[in-house]
Amino acid sequence: MKTRVLIGIAVTVVLAAAAVIYVVSVRTGGAQASGQVTLTGTRIIAKAGDGHLIAMSGGTREVSPMTCARVYAAGGTGVCLRQDGDLTTYQIAILDKNLSVTKEIPLVGVPNRARVSASGRMVAWTVFVTGDSYNGGQFSTRAGILDTKTDQLVGTLEDFDVTLDGEPYKAVDENFWGVTFAGDDNRFYATMSTAGKRYLIEGDLARNSVRTLRENVECPSLSPDGTRIAFKQAIDADPTKGWRLSVLNLQTNQVTELAEPHSVDDQAAWLDDHTIGYALPRDRGRADVWSVPADGSGVPAVLIPDADSPAALG
Amino acid sequence: MYLSTVDRKAEWKLRAIGGNVVALGAVSMVTDISAEMVTAVLPVYLVLGLHLTPVAYGLVDGLYTGATALLRLVGGYIADRVRTRKAVAGVGYGLSAVTKLGLLLVGGSVTAIGAMITLDRAGKGLRTAPRDALITLSAPQDMLGRAFGVHRAMDSLGAFAGPLVALAVLAAVGSGVTTEGFDAVFVTSFCFALLGVALLVLFVKDRRGERPASNTVSPKVALALLVDRRVRKIMIIAAIIGLSTIGDGFVYLLLQRREDIAIGWFPLLAVGTNLAYLALAAPFGALADRFGRLPVVVGGYVALLAVYVLVFGPFGGVPVIVLTLALYGTFYAATDGVLIALAGPVLPEALRTTGIALIQTTQAVAYFVSSVAFGLVWASWG
Repeated sequence: MKTRVLIGIAVTVVLAAAAVIYVVSVRTGGAQASGQVTLTGTRIIAKAGDGHLIAMSGGTREVSPMTCARVYAAGGTGVCLRQDGDLTTYQIAILDKNLSVTKEIPLVGVPNRARVSASGRMVAWTVFVTGDSYNGGQFSTRAGILDTKTDQLVGTLEDFDVTLDGEPYKAVDENFWGVTFAGDDNRFYATMSTAGKRYLIEGDLARNSVRTLRENVECPSLSPDGTRIAFKQAIDADPTKGWRLSVLNLQTNQVTELAEPHSVDDQAAWLDDHTIGYALPRDRGRADVWSVPADGSGVPAVLIPDADSPAALG
Repeated sequence: MYLSTVDRKAEWKLRAIGGNVVALGAVSMVTDISAEMVTAVLPVYLVLGLHLTPVAYGLVDGLYTGATALLRLVGGYIADRVRTRKAVAGVGYGLSAVTKLGLLLVGGSVTAIGAMITLDRAGKGLRTAPRDALITLSAPQDMLGRAFGVHRAMDSLGAFAGPLVALAVLAAVGSGVTTEGFDAVFVTSFCFALLGVALLVLFVKDRRGERPASNTVSPKVALALLVDRRVRKIMIIAAIIGLSTIGDGFVYLLLQRREDIAIGWFPLLAVGTNLAYLALAAPFGALADRFGRLPVVVGGYVALLAVYVLVFGPFGGVPVIVLTLALYGTFYAATDGVLIALAGPVLPEALRTTGIALIQTTQAVAYFVSSVAFGLVWASWG
């Protein structure tokens, strides 16, 4: 018995040492900030692989001390989705053009999408909620919207009136994600899923209502000129087969598949009226920001290595 | 003087329920730290670390929960057949340990991660029945309630500590959601799991008993368990427990909806239930030994009934939330271990593991049916 106790102590010490040595070896140093990142000028901001908010000016990469899980910015307003205390609580930090935090809103669930309207006034986010096990182990998402001017908060779009194919609709399995704003800061587009189908919806904040426009459109992103929507289209309408990055022309209702051959699981960002930016995972846990022409021509190219969450300013 | 008396009394109690039970409790505690560390970070890892969508996560989660009830029965039967419950439990613990390292090595493939999680569940399915059988064989029969109470309290202490350890590791690495942080959590979790296996190997004694007559353990004899009236009665109790539980998620969701709890408090609901379970498991085990195990299980039902009355009823306010969680924890404390303590003496020693596996599978299947049915009702009524 005494030998066993000694072996037990030895095993415990060795395992504890192994864990501690591993943790110390991957410990990251303090923020290596280089330069003053602001949300001004015409450039692209993103989130680097180590979590730092970065800005690309010409070929140089400026690194801010701020770390986030996802970022987005437009019109002088930034958003940083980041951890807040424990693993299940996150917050969305609203940033001014100098990256000072002006407001923090607590979120429950893992946030995975964030958007700011072109004017910088409206902010939207999507969290993925694991607590809702009512749909049998399926995912559940919540999309929220904040008006930074009036501080009016829509906690979840589930409270909005839904019109599906022209008829009033109500179901508990409604999930919303991937909001993108129109230029008037009132209308918006997003994805709604219900009864196993995923719809592009158009919403009206003043009327607290949304209506479906089209099936099999996820994570919409409205072009700066407001005429087209970049989105991810589930291959054969089956998300388990992956997604094709596509663009929908809102006037002609025509869908153009873009030149990116890989499955894109991201809410794309318009870098200008002709170019789409998006993250593509590389290795494990790392991603690069790629760009591709919005008209289906050309070839995709890496825009920012080791980064995700691109957003074009100005 | 007084303190030393208490100490001696506590020591006496622990010794009375058997060092083996305490050793198994320690194994479960350490293993649960390991398991809950991973459970806590998994959604964040998939969504933020690997850039997977909720849909892909749903896929993984489905595999996670639906994995392998049959394996539990097969494992239980093999453990009885070759009379090495410790070895079968050890394979289960070992399998789960390996998958922690696997999560780190398989990279970003959804399929491979799903496979790792399924293997982890398989390991859990494999080890539960032999472990509980060992507990029933290690403690005196009149102490079984206490033995399971102590074991379940240690087990849930580990489950409680797991997420905190994961947080501490992430804080030590100093990066919120980067790959390095998750890797460190997986490696630490693997070390805890290995420690669990080591504790099992070093300090848990197998209870082989007398070699049974050669035909004692066969599929036919195992099937005969189903005919035994006393075994059937316990299976019916297990099925009723399973059918009457709608799932933690629903209970918390109902509470949150009707009380309009600020969404930030949601994770605390589970913490509250676990604390009640942790605190009450051992006392309820002692109560079960003293006043009968069946009355305590029935008391657990009453607590569950009270939970439903509170959740669906016309009451409201913070005290109601606290009371609901306390009662929900009471339900777990009064039924989970006590049910197996109730079953132990009824099951022939040679078929102890098979019998326990049968009862646990009955409960799991009944629970699955009830949660799916409630999910459908919920989806149509809202």
